[in-house]
Amino acid sequence: MAKTVTRRDLLAGAAGTIGAAALAPVGGRALAQGRDTTKLPGAPASALGARSPHEPLVRGAVRGAASRTPLQDLHGIITPSDVHFERHHAGIPAVDPADYRLLIHGLVERPTVLTLADLKRFPATSRICFLECSGNYPQEAGPETKPENVCGMTSTTEWTGVSLATLFREVGARPDATWFLAEGQDAAVMTRSVPMEKAWDDALIAYAQNGEALRPAQGYPARLLLPGWEGNSNVKWLRRLELGDRPFMTREETSKYTDPLADGTARQFSFVFDARSIITSPAYPDVVEPGWIEIRGIAWSGRGTIVQVDVSTDGGRTWQAARLQEPVLRQAHTRFRHLWRWDGGPAEIMSRATDDSGYVQPTRAALRATRGRRARRYHLNPITAWRVERGGRVVYREEPPWDA
Amino acid sequence: MGRLTPCRTLAAALPVAVLLAGGAGPEGAGRVAAQEPEAGQAPASPERFGFGRAATEAEIAAWNIDVRPDGEGLPAGEGTAASGAPIYARECASCHGAAGEGGVADPLVGYEPESTPPFGPRYEAWRGAGDDVRFTVGNYWPYATTLYDYILRAMPSDAPGTLQPDEVYGLVAWILAENGIIARDAVLDAATLPAVEMPARDIFVPQER
Repeated sequence: MAKTVTRRDLLAGAAGTIGAAALAPVGGRALAQGRDTTKLPGAPASALGARSPHEPLVRGAVRGAASRTPLQDLHGIITPSDVHFERHHAGIPAVDPADYRLLIHGLVERPTVLTLADLKRFPATSRICFLECSGNYPQEAGPETKPENVCGMTSTTEWTGVSLATLFREVGARPDATWFLAEGQDAAVMTRSVPMEKAWDDALIAYAQNGEALRPAQGYPARLLLPGWEGNSNVKWLRRLELGDRPFMTREETSKYTDPLADGTARQFSFVFDARSIITSPAYPDVVEPGWIEIRGIAWSGRGTIVQVDVSTDGGRTWQAARLQEPVLRQAHTRFRHLWRWDGGPAEIMSRATDDSGYVQPTRAALRATRGRRARRYHLNPITAWRVERGGRVVYREEPPWDA
Repeated sequence: MGRLTPCRTLAAALPVAVLLAGGAGPEGAGRVAAQEPEAGQAPASPERFGFGRAATEAEIAAWNIDVRPDGEGLPAGEGTAASGAPIYARECASCHGAAGEGGVADPLVGYEPESTPPFGPRYEAWRGAGDDVRFTVGNYWPYATTLYDYILRAMPSDAPGTLQPDEVYGLVAWILAENGIIARDAVLDAATLPAVEMPARDIFVPQER
């Protein structure tokens, strides 16, 4: 490729050549400090947009198999696709869309193979909803914990694809089919069982994410999407659907993503996420000033629509209803805002979500009473608090170890 | 255009067709109206679109590797703890520990006190406030068949899907024997594996919250 002038060159050049002019404006004192952008044409159009160099946006807590959405850096309900959280069980497979096949078999009249092009020919549908990791909970969290490390394994996306009901009608799902197995083509060949009711209700085979093809980390070229249900059951890189008359009892739905309870039983198939919320601003590492502060955050529920978010600024003694920002969508991140006049003294701020099923986000103590001391870090949705210290530093309110 | 469904093609094309026909005169408009559904009404979805193709038996067999609790899906073959031991040492021990005690990967072996899940009142009374809970095959896997299914599809993690049925039966037998769930000389195959009763079987309860 021939040498071209990049945006970076232009910025550097601009700084070098007109920096002096900007510092010595003609006619009086300039309101804006720094470079005067009005004295040189800006960068040209480009094939691919880039973020402002002043606004880096990256996923947090990146480990080999997981990363988190930087909730504290976002303003809307849609998660930019490149910071959607990740959780993989055997890495991200490189799938060539030309090789992609989806096999549907089992209790169907017509076992069928579909290509990606076939999937895209069916009537399409879109759905804005959150996707949350089953284990979206901090393992150990000190005062210097950002929202992303409290619960950044949740993201909201406009997903587009074909309704699973359309596909199951196409292949002739038999009446005795009550569950289906979804299998990915990652190196774990990961499988989950899903009740057929979810397929007839609102499940999708998604091939697009926020208007473009899925990102590889999100299951390219096609994934299962079960609105409101635990992330693990939304099988990525989907290659096979087998209809059966009972759950298949895979490793993930038995020995992994189940909830041990205080009574000695283990709850199986914790599909639906309960309501949860978190204040994303102010939060660590923000430093605030006395006066008016708009408390902002997100709330969501796998059960349905958020109908109320209450905010407390006195450690949970009193609560006030926050304002919900439209659009308020079923099973999607919902923005809430609450004006607070901070007097400069120590304070503890927290939020509590209620959904249209009447479910109210629990305290950590209430969750612990049900789950017991040996709870695994799955499907936990406790109220999260931030401490605002005198001087304005905002820190995570540390919790004692779960099993203490 | 192949990317459009018949449904969409009609819905998109019809108003244009009516408009053009209408512009040509009343006769033209009448002819279109007689041949097509009324303008503005999308046709109902067909029962089938006819996309995709029939899957062959061989294609299904190649991918249909899941094993269910009732044993459906288990292949021919057999193994014992003795046949599995060297395979475990070669393929599994580096991550799961020489005796299945765990390492960079989950522990597989061990549960105390006997027949108690690693949580709940009985366990609490026994364990007290001490160590971390160890979730193992012995105390938190409700079905022995799941072990076969998972090892076959996902293990070993650096070369998944390469083990042969006899090897997988052997590994399952070794892990179950180390946990004291089956006898050391028990032979596991498609008939005996589904009959293994796992200690954790009855603690798993589908329940509403």
